[in-house]
Amino acid sequence: MTVAERAQSSPLAGAGTSRVADALFQGAMLACGLSVLALVGLIIYELVTKSSLSWHAFGWKFFFASDWDPVNDEYGALPFVFGTIVSSLVALALAVPLAVGVAIFITEMSPRWLRGPLAFTTELLAAIPSVIYGLWAIFVLVPLLRAYVEPFLGRYFGWTGLFEGTPYGIGMLAAGIILAIMVVPIISAITREVMTAVPQQQREAVLALGATRWEMVRTGVLRNARAGILGGIILGLGRALGETMAVTMVIGNRAEIAKSLFAPGYTMASVIANEFSEATGDTYLSALVEVGLALFLVTIIVNILAQVLVWSVTRGMPARSST
Amino acid sequence: MSAVLPEIELKPIGLGRRLANGLMTAAAAAAVLIVLLPLGAIFAYLLYKGIGSLNWSFLTQTPKPVGEAGGGMANAIAGSVLILGIASLIGVPVGIGAGIYLAEYGRDRLGNLIRFTADVLNGVPSIIIGIVAYGLVVLRQGHFSALAGGAALAIMMVPTITRTTEEMLLLVPLGVREAAYGLGVSRWRTTLSITLRTATSGVITGIMLAFARIAGETAPLLFTAFGNQYWNWNINQPTAALPLQIFTYAISPFDEWHRQAWAGALILIVLIVISVSAVRLAANRGMLKGAN
Repeated sequence: MTVAERAQSSPLAGAGTSRVADALFQGAMLACGLSVLALVGLIIYELVTKSSLSWHAFGWKFFFASDWDPVNDEYGALPFVFGTIVSSLVALALAVPLAVGVAIFITEMSPRWLRGPLAFTTELLAAIPSVIYGLWAIFVLVPLLRAYVEPFLGRYFGWTGLFEGTPYGIGMLAAGIILAIMVVPIISAITREVMTAVPQQQREAVLALGATRWEMVRTGVLRNARAGILGGIILGLGRALGETMAVTMVIGNRAEIAKSLFAPGYTMASVIANEFSEATGDTYLSALVEVGLALFLVTIIVNILAQVLVWSVTRGMPARSST
Repeated sequence: MSAVLPEIELKPIGLGRRLANGLMTAAAAAAVLIVLLPLGAIFAYLLYKGIGSLNWSFLTQTPKPVGEAGGGMANAIAGSVLILGIASLIGVPVGIGAGIYLAEYGRDRLGNLIRFTADVLNGVPSIIIGIVAYGLVVLRQGHFSALAGGAALAIMMVPTITRTTEEMLLLVPLGVREAAYGLGVSRWRTTLSITLRTATSGVITGIMLAFARIAGETAPLLFTAFGNQYWNWNINQPTAALPLQIFTYAISPFDEWHRQAWAGALILIVLIVISVSAVRLAANRGMLKGAN
């Protein structure tokens, strides 16, 4: 029996009115809590019912066909799936080393007085709205890419096939870079959190054995925190997959599958953003909602996975060491 | 729990290991610089381009047709205030209520389910929330509206506020509640006037986090609030919003509109920063009064 329950069942507790009021209050709070469940239920219901038309018309083929043709009512989402995955992977490839480096520097290497300000500034990156990232990317990042970075990559790394073709500036590479800037604060915040959760004794023990600071970080900290760091990376992936505005503004919005990162592409989120309000015809709208449903399911799975991983490190117990 | 013992020999630190240490330290510091670079560049450009394009008519006039100089985003700023107001009116009470439920009653399986679902909801891409608000409000009403935009943003506020409220309420020591019960105060009164009151500052910080997150949201407004060239205070009509206007102007081919997009972006960032710090200030005052 909790204190509250004991207090309520005692003869001294106010009779009648206060008990009714308590029940009413609890009911109202419960309703608020249940509304969270209802919201997610509503999201799933809306997405499933509104996409059923397209699902019945195309089935699984929807995700493997690459013609997106509203005029003839033929829809295949493969170019969007491809664009979403590629832009997110480019973003992670750039963001992960930077984010982990930032986290290591802030938690293990920086002088104490610098820690707070550095953590605050990197997290400020997360507060900038997506549309402002997009604006900056259009007018600053894209011209830089077009004039310097892409010609350089094309000349020296063109042989890989990833950096071929005309450097437009706008395209998959620009989308990947802007996404990388946006997910760095997320990954580095989680990485810092799990690194802080590694017990101080681990560090002291490794240092006492004569390790240098980097060896201490590598063997004492990173190894123990790696499940959580992976969780942070996956959380960043979830954010990158669903990011809409900044990507829409720089990816070029062309439903193509190209090997080169210089080529324009299209993502699942941006096709919804661009075409939803102009979609005429039930099948067209339904196909767009189905793209949304797929995006929803993927981000949910990714997020749940990430939470489980982060939780495995930060739940208060030292992480199990690897052997 | 057994930690792996690092394979390190006990002898003076060799050149190779010292070099590796130095290199990695330099690499970590370089990572910090590389990450701070875009942050600095974005703020520098916002100030540089934004201040040059800001003027009185930008803050007081509605957009002019292409080709005509001047005009502003006054209606978009007002529209954002309207939409954010609707979102807060719906989202804040529900979020706080759900947070109270989780902290005070939700120590069971249902509570865990709600907690988990709130975290799931937090990770749903904002464009998806837009689709849902379109289905729920726009299709019912038959047209785009500020209400639909507000509903979409409200859905995005709820999970953040729920989780921070719960966290803050759990920080209030059990003894404080017990003292109230001991005085014969009923449970609902204790929760509202004692527990929630004590946690006010933290709860408000959570609300501000949620607010800052939705204030710049564009994707869910594209097909809910939709945008509008004129003034609108009717919640049942399509409404302009600052982020939407920035988006439209940024992807347009006109220099004049680009200029205005920068000015709008500067205003948006300033509004976010001001609202966050203002409420934090107010919360601190409230805490001081409560302490006295």
